[in-house]
Amino acid sequence: MSAVFEQIFQVGFLAAIIRIATPLAFATLGEMFSERAGVLNLGIEGIMLLCAMAGFTAASLSGSLWLGVLVAVLVGALMGALHALFTVALGLSQHVCGIGVTLFCSGLAYFLYRLIFGQQSVPPSIDGFKPVPIPLLTDIPILGPAVFNQFTLVYLAIIAVPLAAFVLYRTPWGLSVRMVGENPRAADSAGVSVIATRFQAVILGGALMGLAGAFLTMAQFNAFTFGVVSGRGWVAIALVVFGRWDPWRSAGAALLFAFVDALQLRMQASGLGHIPYEAFLMLPFIFTIVAMAFMSRNAVAPSALLKPFRREER
Amino acid sequence: MSAPLIEMRGITKSFGAVKANEAVDLSVAPGEILGLLGENGAGKTTLMNVLFGAYAPDAGDILVEGRPVAIHNSADALAAGIGMVHQHFHLAPRLTVLENLLIGIPGKSGRIDRAGGLARLQEIGRQHGLSLEPNLPVSALSVGEQQRLEIIKALFRGAKLLILDEPTAVLAPSEVDGLFAALRSMAAQGLGIIFISHKLNEVRALTHRCVVLRHGKVAGRVDHPASTTSAEMAKLMCGHEIVPPTREASTPGAAVLTLDGISTSGHAGTPLRDVSLFVRAGEILGIAGVSGNGQRALADVISGMLPPKAGTMTIAGKTVAQFSPRELQALGLGRIPEDRMTTGLVTNLPLADSMVLPRIGTEAFSRKGLLNPAAIRAFAEEQIKAYDIRCPGPMVRAGALSGGNLQKALLARELAFDPKVLIVSQPTRGLDIGAARFIHEKFLAMRARGRGIIVIGEDLEELLMLCDRIAVMYEGRIAGTLSSADATVARLGLMMTGAGHTEEAA
Repeated sequence: MSAVFEQIFQVGFLAAIIRIATPLAFATLGEMFSERAGVLNLGIEGIMLLCAMAGFTAASLSGSLWLGVLVAVLVGALMGALHALFTVALGLSQHVCGIGVTLFCSGLAYFLYRLIFGQQSVPPSIDGFKPVPIPLLTDIPILGPAVFNQFTLVYLAIIAVPLAAFVLYRTPWGLSVRMVGENPRAADSAGVSVIATRFQAVILGGALMGLAGAFLTMAQFNAFTFGVVSGRGWVAIALVVFGRWDPWRSAGAALLFAFVDALQLRMQASGLGHIPYEAFLMLPFIFTIVAMAFMSRNAVAPSALLKPFRREER
Repeated sequence: MSAPLIEMRGITKSFGAVKANEAVDLSVAPGEILGLLGENGAGKTTLMNVLFGAYAPDAGDILVEGRPVAIHNSADALAAGIGMVHQHFHLAPRLTVLENLLIGIPGKSGRIDRAGGLARLQEIGRQHGLSLEPNLPVSALSVGEQQRLEIIKALFRGAKLLILDEPTAVLAPSEVDGLFAALRSMAAQGLGIIFISHKLNEVRALTHRCVVLRHGKVAGRVDHPASTTSAEMAKLMCGHEIVPPTREASTPGAAVLTLDGISTSGHAGTPLRDVSLFVRAGEILGIAGVSGNGQRALADVISGMLPPKAGTMTIAGKTVAQFSPRELQALGLGRIPEDRMTTGLVTNLPLADSMVLPRIGTEAFSRKGLLNPAAIRAFAEEQIKAYDIRCPGPMVRAGALSGGNLQKALLARELAFDPKVLIVSQPTRGLDIGAARFIHEKFLAMRARGRGIIVIGEDLEELLMLCDRIAVMYEGRIAGTLSSADATVARLGLMMTGAGHTEEAA
């Protein structure tokens, strides 16, 4: 057994956790902003897939990875705006519209991918992002090579967490987001536009989901497949609850999930081969359900989550 | 008097066919407290929502310090120096006091200006004697403190005119004094205040001048409220004289409901400890007490929602075995719960459904296990007519009705089956004089028919007027019972603080 553990806990393992956590962190922060403003975005799974495809395609056609990232972010923001149009401006059911956005985005992603790349036996791949070691910091034992020899997008995710917390808790806009998610009427009577604030939050959320999708096809896998997102969007929704709608806790939740996921990957590769690999694949999800059951009991959602806002109601 | 701070000229606003406001003129001078009076549905709240920009008027002008202004939303109103404290507070419970104040205020170099906010909060505290702990979450504040926060919020934004929509409805009597002191001090410093209420004694005590609305129009103006009688004002509000109902002398019969040694546990709120009481046929028993002294548990036990841990209850001589609402109803109990919206009826269903809810499976409203919609509708239509419940019809969503009409609907629902004994909590809370009087008359008529009624309430004046005997609850016990001849507000008040109880024990 000890040999197995040695194989598991090493620099590479730590680096894997960070890598797996990155798209989850972007997606979780994106969903968190949307939900803090009172809008559940179940379109996340589809938005991530569409952005993964759009970013990959743009990078593949132009040869510029950063152009690909930009396209993914813009597509994500656009899909966020689409979701906000239905749920905020028109006040339709957030559940139904979210599922609709996911189905629409997934279908569109498949369709456009086939249209652009055709049917190929080996999926086309790109030369993705390369790790960028940060001088000096890389020399820190264990932590250095694991954390500071990563893709630029990973560093961006690490910066995004404190930045999100700052925006949410320290800026007037962040206060408006929290207020429209708790009591939109209070925000309205204070002269804050509920509709505009919700639109902005959902669009920002969509852009972050776009980053998550871009990371998958341009850093993690360097190719687009139809299963590239494989439930990470749904997991992010659970992680937001697990993280109690707080940027720090949500990032922690993403790391914890990534830890279990990295663990099961190692266990698949290690000497426990007599167990079917599907059993290991289940682990992170079982962990999520168990953790949710224990940790989310006293988690309180934003009071106005799922509730559309209309002003002149009588 | 100086130039008016705010002037509303010829304001008209309709909702569909209903004219909520019609050609209303109103003005407030700096330093003036204006009372805005009217029954529920007279258009007071609509008028103020027009002033605050929540509704756009169909016609009319608003002038601020002599200049006409267009107010399209609350941001415009705030910019014009108009602040409003709504009946239902506009606060986010999980954010802090300071965060609730700073919402919508531009920050300093991209950040929330906490330091500036704190300084302003302290300044308001000094100026008007209104202070709050800035870092507490709003959920930790009492209702009175939340109201104070709403007032501070308006002042924080530089309000010159403060609108308060029925601010005392949610306050305990001691808190009302504090509010009035703060309002007087603000007026003394040149603020204009519009005080909306239908409590005449408060309006007479606080305001300098009154405007009375009836059916959306100005029914009258009172220039010296302090020297005008409540009866005169009530006449303006209702359009006719209000005669207080008289309680005829009567000889009560046998006990229709008896509690013997009832104790409860495991209930939200104060549990009951060894409570014994009875109400006789042709008698109204009042239950007085500061809220939170076991009244909820008492109402829940009597209505069958909370089986007691010990003790027995009998209705019309039969001992209650199961303590289920259905059993008690079969024994002849009617109940009007305290919270009309949550335990009284289903707000999202048609009014007719809510009106038959307790008897939905009985023969009157169903046939062979299927609902009989025609019978349900006919019943509701009949009651709507009999009780003058103002609504578009029996199929309207129950939640769309005003408080007074909901209370009438609940009363109609219970009285239609002539219960032997009725338990009711806070029967007239939030209702205007006309609606309250109607409810009182129905209770007295029940009493005259030889029924028993238990009224749980905090309004001592009301209990003294209605009840033959008043029991006072203190910390889950009956601290004592007074007959109507012996009961006074002072004696009851003393017993409610527990003083009467210790006296008795000594």
